[in-house]
Amino acid sequence: MSQSDSNSLNNGVHIQPLAPEHFHQQAKAALADPQLRQNFRGAMDYLKDKRKLAFSDVAEEKHIRNLSEAIRQRCLSKLPDLLEQLESNCINNGIQVHWAEDAIQANQIIADIAQRHNAKEIIKGKSMVSEEIELNHEMAKLGINCLESDMGEYIVQLDGDKPSHIIMPAIHKNKQEVSDTFAAHLDNFTPTIDVDELIQTGRSRLRQKFQDADIGLSGVNFAVAETGTLCLVENEGNGRMCTTVPDVHIAITGIEKVVEFLTDVPPLYSALTRSATGQAITTYFNMITSPRREGELDGPQEVHLVLLDNGRTQAFQDEEMRKTLQCIRCGACMNHCPVYTRIGGHAYGTVYPGPIGKIISPHMMGLEKTKDLVTASSLCGACGEVCPVKIPIPEMLQRLRNEAKNPATAAHPEIKGQASAASKTEMLAMKSFAYAATHPAIYHLGSWSATKVRGLIPSKLGAWTQCRSAPKPASKTLHQLLKASHKKDQS
Amino acid sequence: MRIYPAKPSKVYFYATCLVDMFDPQAGLDAITLLEQQGIEVIFVEKQTCCGQPAYSSGYDKQAKQVAQSQIDLFPENWPVVVLSGSCGGMMHHHYRRLFKGDSNQAMVDTFCDRVFELTEFLVNVCRASLIDQGDKSVVVMHTSCAARREMNVHLTATQLLEQLDNVEIREQAYESECCGFGGTFAVRHPDISQSMVEDKTQHLCATEATELVSADWGCLLNINGALEYQNKALRGVHLASFLLARTGGQ
Repeated sequence: MSQSDSNSLNNGVHIQPLAPEHFHQQAKAALADPQLRQNFRGAMDYLKDKRKLAFSDVAEEKHIRNLSEAIRQRCLSKLPDLLEQLESNCINNGIQVHWAEDAIQANQIIADIAQRHNAKEIIKGKSMVSEEIELNHEMAKLGINCLESDMGEYIVQLDGDKPSHIIMPAIHKNKQEVSDTFAAHLDNFTPTIDVDELIQTGRSRLRQKFQDADIGLSGVNFAVAETGTLCLVENEGNGRMCTTVPDVHIAITGIEKVVEFLTDVPPLYSALTRSATGQAITTYFNMITSPRREGELDGPQEVHLVLLDNGRTQAFQDEEMRKTLQCIRCGACMNHCPVYTRIGGHAYGTVYPGPIGKIISPHMMGLEKTKDLVTASSLCGACGEVCPVKIPIPEMLQRLRNEAKNPATAAHPEIKGQASAASKTEMLAMKSFAYAATHPAIYHLGSWSATKVRGLIPSKLGAWTQCRSAPKPASKTLHQLLKASHKKDQS
Repeated sequence: MRIYPAKPSKVYFYATCLVDMFDPQAGLDAITLLEQQGIEVIFVEKQTCCGQPAYSSGYDKQAKQVAQSQIDLFPENWPVVVLSGSCGGMMHHHYRRLFKGDSNQAMVDTFCDRVFELTEFLVNVCRASLIDQGDKSVVVMHTSCAARREMNVHLTATQLLEQLDNVEIREQAYESECCGFGGTFAVRHPDISQSMVEDKTQHLCATEATELVSADWGCLLNINGALEYQNKALRGVHLASFLLARTGGQ
């Protein structure tokens, strides 16, 4: 089965394909779907509560976040060196390392490996980077079938759908909808809303597939430079199956996932699991340091590591936006985002939805396509407050808004889609605002006029009044009142 | 955690553009509250707007011009007390970012250090102690996201309310969630903003509180507009006006 180009919001509104350029339309459709909104609100509430419990000690939370931030910043500060060290240690361990500048190169690398082994079946553990390069779709074109083995990804794939959350891909579905999906696609399935039964169904259908697959593909949570070790965090055990049963294992990851020392892993792992699912530790934690060694009874004969750039270098080159790459993909920012909670993950039209998606996607796809995403935030800061590596997401959004509206300056290199949201009308309005706000006499004449025409304020003020009454200025401004009282003048 | 200075004899008062235009009484009431603390309040008439509309819309250059003009209005080493967590966040936090690396960065940082939101100033600098003279009342409060997360002052507003013996404070569901204003966000993404303010008003009304207070006029513009549109009786008032009325001011 391959992923289809056709995706749907849960209410059956088909927009083909979902894309960030159609964000407004997609968000509107999602907002109009009460079931979808209920699914997300319920799931996000659950995840927020889990995180809160996992961080019930505020001092400990602060410590873990500070530590994780410091580790990520240190590793990013020496990223080029660490990548070289990782490559060299992986090679010494027998892991073959490949570099991909973009999705096309990454797919080509994987296709070459597959074709060398005459592979027809790839079984996949969870990997958002594989979504980023649309691996399933590209492999299908070559007659290679990719099967998702993460339960959420499996459900989503059955529907020809895409993940709506980076940790919980099928979170947009409730148990009834999962049962409906199984009923539509699986033979001999008796509909049920018993969650354990649903999971057992998925697991039993997948079991044999691990044996049949030619290649296992996985993501990477942390790639350790000093030892050449690939770390994989998971709960279902499918990740371990993918990386041990087939003869070939391909791991794919973004270049930012490298950490310097093995000792960097435990704090980041703890920050990740607590933030993502509220767990102190996951059920499985895999550390892969080589293919099967002489005398070992299991494990793949070949291990490949594909390191993908795909726009990350652009973020890396800018000191402020480099913080975007601190991300350890826990999903806490989306769980706490009031926008994500209401529109869900598909509406963004990007592989990475929610707050982190808004700040990483512009580097991958350019601001021209993603300019509506960077404005789709009230800058409430709920994301930054919970980020385990303390990415100042609202500041990144602020910065990207500025880049979308203005040409590059000497201070920063031009970024993809620079000034693509520039508007002469809006620029004129902002220049006028700045002129008035820096010329008090003109500014106060303006506010005085507003109080004079307050009775004439139209009751319809575009988008504002679609759910609100028009605001009415007071009959006198504070400036006027204080002037009249003659007591506070000091100018 | 911010370290607060001793109570000064004089402060600058920054009313904010929204209070100036939509609720001047809140400005007058806040000045009275400060004066009751024995502080001389200086209102610099040339003050306009903190520049946030330009900043949050992606116009750093214009925001910076406005910021510089406002900073220049407050040369003396007195605290600048701001009547909004959101404008306070702009002036205490974001001005630093706008001027980072500039030749006058140190001067700007010194200014930012002097900026306080009203409730944090009353609680942490003035150590204000309020005596409730009002009748029994049931109140719900909305705290702006900037007050909560940029200024970290959501607790100080609550502490002031808690000093009022006859006031019962009700907490709304999803209290810390944004009301959906976000400045230009509300008109750039009207449907998302609408879904947020509709939830917020629903949670506020569900408390069955008879009074709604907030220390931010941005949120009040949004929430009150929605409440009026929905023909609800509840209307938000600025916390400064509420506190003054309860303590028998005016």
